[in-house]
Amino acid sequence: MDNYQNIITRVQVMGHPEPGIAIADDMAFERKGGMLSYWVGKIGNAQLGPIYLGFLGVASLVTFMLGFAIIGFNMAADVGWNPVLFVREFFWLSLDPPGPEYGLQVLPPLREGGWFMIAGFLITASIILWWFRMYRRAKALGLGLHVCYAFAAAIWLYLVLGFIRPVMMGSWSEAVPWGVFPHLDWTNNFSIVYGNLFWNPFHMLSIVFLYGSALLFAMHGATILAVTRYGGEREIEQITDRGTASERAALFWRWTMGFNASMESIHRWAWWFAMLTTLTGGIGILITGTVVDDWTLWGMKHGVVPEDLSWWPITPDSTVSSWGN
Amino acid sequence: MALLSFERKYRVRGGTLIGGDLFDFWVGPFYVGFFGIAGLFFILVGTFLIIYGASQGPTWNIWMLSINPPDISYKLALAPMAEGGLWQIITICALGAFGCWALREVEICRKLGMGYHVPFAFSVAIFAFATLNVFRPLALGAWGHGFPYGIMSHLNWVWFTGYQYGNFHYNPAHMVAITFFFTVTFALALHGGMVLSAVNPQKGETVKSPEHEDTYFRDTIGYSIGTLGIHRLGLFLALNAGFWSAVCIIISGPVYAGSWIDWWEFIRETITWNGA
Repeated sequence: MDNYQNIITRVQVMGHPEPGIAIADDMAFERKGGMLSYWVGKIGNAQLGPIYLGFLGVASLVTFMLGFAIIGFNMAADVGWNPVLFVREFFWLSLDPPGPEYGLQVLPPLREGGWFMIAGFLITASIILWWFRMYRRAKALGLGLHVCYAFAAAIWLYLVLGFIRPVMMGSWSEAVPWGVFPHLDWTNNFSIVYGNLFWNPFHMLSIVFLYGSALLFAMHGATILAVTRYGGEREIEQITDRGTASERAALFWRWTMGFNASMESIHRWAWWFAMLTTLTGGIGILITGTVVDDWTLWGMKHGVVPEDLSWWPITPDSTVSSWGN
Repeated sequence: MALLSFERKYRVRGGTLIGGDLFDFWVGPFYVGFFGIAGLFFILVGTFLIIYGASQGPTWNIWMLSINPPDISYKLALAPMAEGGLWQIITICALGAFGCWALREVEICRKLGMGYHVPFAFSVAIFAFATLNVFRPLALGAWGHGFPYGIMSHLNWVWFTGYQYGNFHYNPAHMVAITFFFTVTFALALHGGMVLSAVNPQKGETVKSPEHEDTYFRDTIGYSIGTLGIHRLGLFLALNAGFWSAVCIIISGPVYAGSWIDWWEFIRETITWNGA
């Protein structure tokens, strides 16, 4: 264990901030800022900024802040504009969607879901504007659109939760409330109302890909760090001109589990696993209540949940210790 | 038989932790070593016992079959085979196999002159498993508090265990763990997408450089962590997801036995709020 393990960066060269790849047609909105931070450089690049302003980014920030402020002001109104109460109650505070009596009415009375609709519209607009910002920057740099596709996969889940499924159910009241505990309550109730979401196969797939993503990044991050002494973190160079870092990284997994990715294909595994988390998750949410009403009955009908529950153990009460009695 | 074009030159002797040259060989693509032999023993015994346990159960349905832990009346004693003893031996086999696998990875790291990041990361996952089925049952005083080994039955355990604590979403360590899981998936999407988009650029473009990657993230979010930093960040996020998962279950029961919803009420009542 006396070898160098490359946990943090020990030697840094502090020069001037890099301005970034020059782009000809971007004169209207310049890149702003750019500085070096020694402590940030311990983990990653020392350089902060410059950041690109631009219509899409500014519009996205403005719509987000408006939506965010509407949520915050509604919560503040709920505690009588008392700042101490606002802090004390913050995790419980909520901006709820309209009640079921309003159906799909676009703008119910403001304090009965109208503000929720406006905030939802603004934040959705902000997210979509930000997607176009990511798209335009990728185009300007000549990059592929893989980050944009991955972002779109996340937006799919977001839209299913707050827009597509409520429309299919015929009521905005199906949408997720804004708030810390309220959105957790929504998640919990959603599972209970539809007979245990654990038996929803797309929920299962989504969790598999979520845990799989953590597993993949642990495997990939650790593998690359372990071959940084051979320049393994220079992945683009390793992909186009394979070096000993790639060879050792590949052989590690081949000798461990009989199979290995390549320096490029591991990033395809990564990209697909992360995207499929939200793609399958969105399908699972969308078909719940619209196609399937009770996942326990569905599971029994399709032979994945036993009708005789004695096949499985009764989960013992773990709030009572078995010590000393 | 070495199959990759470059593999032959890496297949050298040495790097073993135990056994010297005795087990220092490959079978097909697999490196063996002492821990390969020992691990194979645990895998074969464990797998056989799972199949045997399934044969004694009510169904061969792959989704529904389940190897159940003993009743909590057995406390921390060994149970008869048909009443949880199988589960106990299978748990020992699982931990043995995981440990051998990690140590075999260490030997492979040494053979290839690599750092020990992968076996360290794997050991965090082993720690989380041991927390669920060894440390927490020990703290609660009965092996029956482990989860059953079945594709669906372990989900059933998660469901019922979660609701013993009111609403598990309110468990603060569970919140932290889920946040790490979502963040690591987000970071993986960005990293995978970034590298693929650099080496698979738009039509007519040449392959891009790390400078393009840095420019993309500086332009869009004001910071690019860089080619080295993203792997540190990803590993950090992934290991924290596993670690906080272990924390959120070990505190449920052994440390706090009430409702997690009430725990927050307790915090709210305990702090003195001037002006509220």
